Amino acid sequence: MAIADKSATTDGKTPGPGLRPDFPILERRINDRRLVYLDNAASSQKPESVLQALDGFYRHHNANVHRGIHTLSQEATDLYEGARAKVAAFVGARQASQIIWTRGTTESINLVAHSWGRKFLQPGDEILTTELEHHSNIVPWQFLAKATGSVLKYVPVPEHDTLLGADDFARMFTPRTRLVALTQMSNVVGTVLPVKEIAEIAHQHGAVVLVDGAQSVPHMPVDVVDLDVDFMAFSAHKMLGPTGVGALYGRMELLRTMDPYQGGGDMIATVSMEKSTWNAVPHKFEAGTPYISGPIGLGSAVDYLAALGMENVQAHEREITEYALESLGKIPRLTLYGPRDPLSRGAVIAFNVEDVHPHDIGQVLDSQGVAVRAGHHCAQPLMRVLGVGSTVRASFYVYNSRDDVDALVDAIATAKGYFSD
Amino acid sequence: MLDDLYKEIILDHYKSPRNRGEAPGYDIKARGLNPLCGDDIELTLTVEDGIIKEARFAGHGCSISQASASMLTEELEGRSVADAVGLADRVREMLKGGDEADADDLGDIEALRGVQKFPVRIKCATLAWNALKLGIQEHENGSAGSMDRTESGAAIFTDE
Ligand SMILES: Cc1ncc(COP(=O)(O)O)c(C=O)c1O
Repeated sequence: MAIADKSATTDGKTPGPGLRPDFPILERRINDRRLVYLDNAASSQKPESVLQALDGFYRHHNANVHRGIHTLSQEATDLYEGARAKVAAFVGARQASQIIWTRGTTESINLVAHSWGRKFLQPGDEILTTELEHHSNIVPWQFLAKATGSVLKYVPVPEHDTLLGADDFARMFTPRTRLVALTQMSNVVGTVLPVKEIAEIAHQHGAVVLVDGAQSVPHMPVDVVDLDVDFMAFSAHKMLGPTGVGALYGRMELLRTMDPYQGGGDMIATVSMEKSTWNAVPHKFEAGTPYISGPIGLGSAVDYLAALGMENVQAHEREITEYALESLGKIPRLTLYGPRDPLSRGAVIAFNVEDVHPHDIGQVLDSQGVAVRAGHHCAQPLMRVLGVGSTVRASFYVYNSRDDVDALVDAIATAKGYFSD
Repeated sequence: MLDDLYKEIILDHYKSPRNRGEAPGYDIKARGLNPLCGDDIELTLTVEDGIIKEARFAGHGCSISQASASMLTEELEGRSVADAVGLADRVREMLKGGDEADADDLGDIEALRGVQKFPVRIKCATLAWNALKLGIQEHENGSAGSMDRTESGAAIFTDE
């Protein structure tokens, strides 16, 4: 059978500028300059192998999944479920069925809030999160607190280094703490949290642990069994895959007891006029015809990353982070936020230039071909902690290198030129 | 091309804003927010016999939003309220790329024309003018119709 499983073409390759030919978009020129793409925390670019997996599905294997006995439907199902197995292995899940396909991190978190939270939380129960979080790990809990009468609490984040240790969590637990929802890596300041230690404390208090892995799964080795977390949410588009798909990893005992998410086809075992019974995990949470090519694209992305080796990805990004912190640190009137030690952070760097608004920096950088993000990065509580309304953010990935940092530094000098007196 | 956006006059208004603060004993107040950018502008105006005596602005945001608000306050003083609405319409028209006519007498404001080439920045430039129209409408009719607002009462303008 000719299922095009375009496995990664990364054999023998290492993270760095040598990967750029794999990413067609990086050939683009922006405002007559080489594209220096430093907005990876928002969304990464896609390698040729992922583009081919998406295209190849529609060209050669397209049909609905799980319902047909014809060849194409079987092939589509094999590719779709094969991707589930790849993604499960990538994050260290024991069984493929512990991976539920969603639209992304946001939907993964909302799914837990709905299917676990509404079923199990009582008035007065406590949800613990942090001031570092992306809005998608805050707002669903606000909804849940409102719906169930539970209480949302925040672990405070220190302004000077934004680091949180297990102790900072330990002192927040009460007998009513039922859920800890935390990021593994901040999408603004790059802070990495000691998730394994925090999960251990949480479990001693009988709380369930949900990790927002949107920034960690793409950038560091993540093993859900070793970390011993209950839920892990992540998005394909930040890890070389397509937009519109992501995953929720869950502990099987919890997934079995949770309510379904949406009602419809594929999620049922039996339907009578009066009532229905649910399909097995993960299908119980996946009503309707899914985004079939999405998970297939993510499977291909995971092949690419696994071939590079996530240790190598992390080491590469640490080196760039160190160089970037050093280079940016030398620029007068530039403020860096977040941890200074490259070992306690990822390759996401937030900064501001005195008297120049982040949007103006972003605009001038774009004119130099340098793509960064400017704004509150969907983390307004953290902005309040840092005492700013917004920041510029540069974030790096496998294809970036020191020359990209140099281009960033040069472009910042140009921006300062416009706004200096 | 960037020089079309960051003109001398605009940077001057940004670095040395005119009429910052709150007009004492104001008659009209309007706050506009762009939640995507975080640009936030509060206008206060005093009006006597239909003539704008004083116009001030407060808030924060990028150079374009702040320069535009600064220019607005300069341009309003001494105009009738009706005239101010007409001016806001013409400026909005110009910023959105409307025909060139009728913009020659806009003074410093003309310098904002460059945003046309940067579509994502148009909303930065129009924010103060949108807030002005809303404030006047509210002043005259007691309400400004249905607008999405934040809890603090700022009108939300996400795009043009
Ligand atoms: C830390 C973090 N959490 C959650 C999200 C939300 O991800 P998505 O928009 O893909 O659902 C993002 C990115 O936008 C993120 O960086």
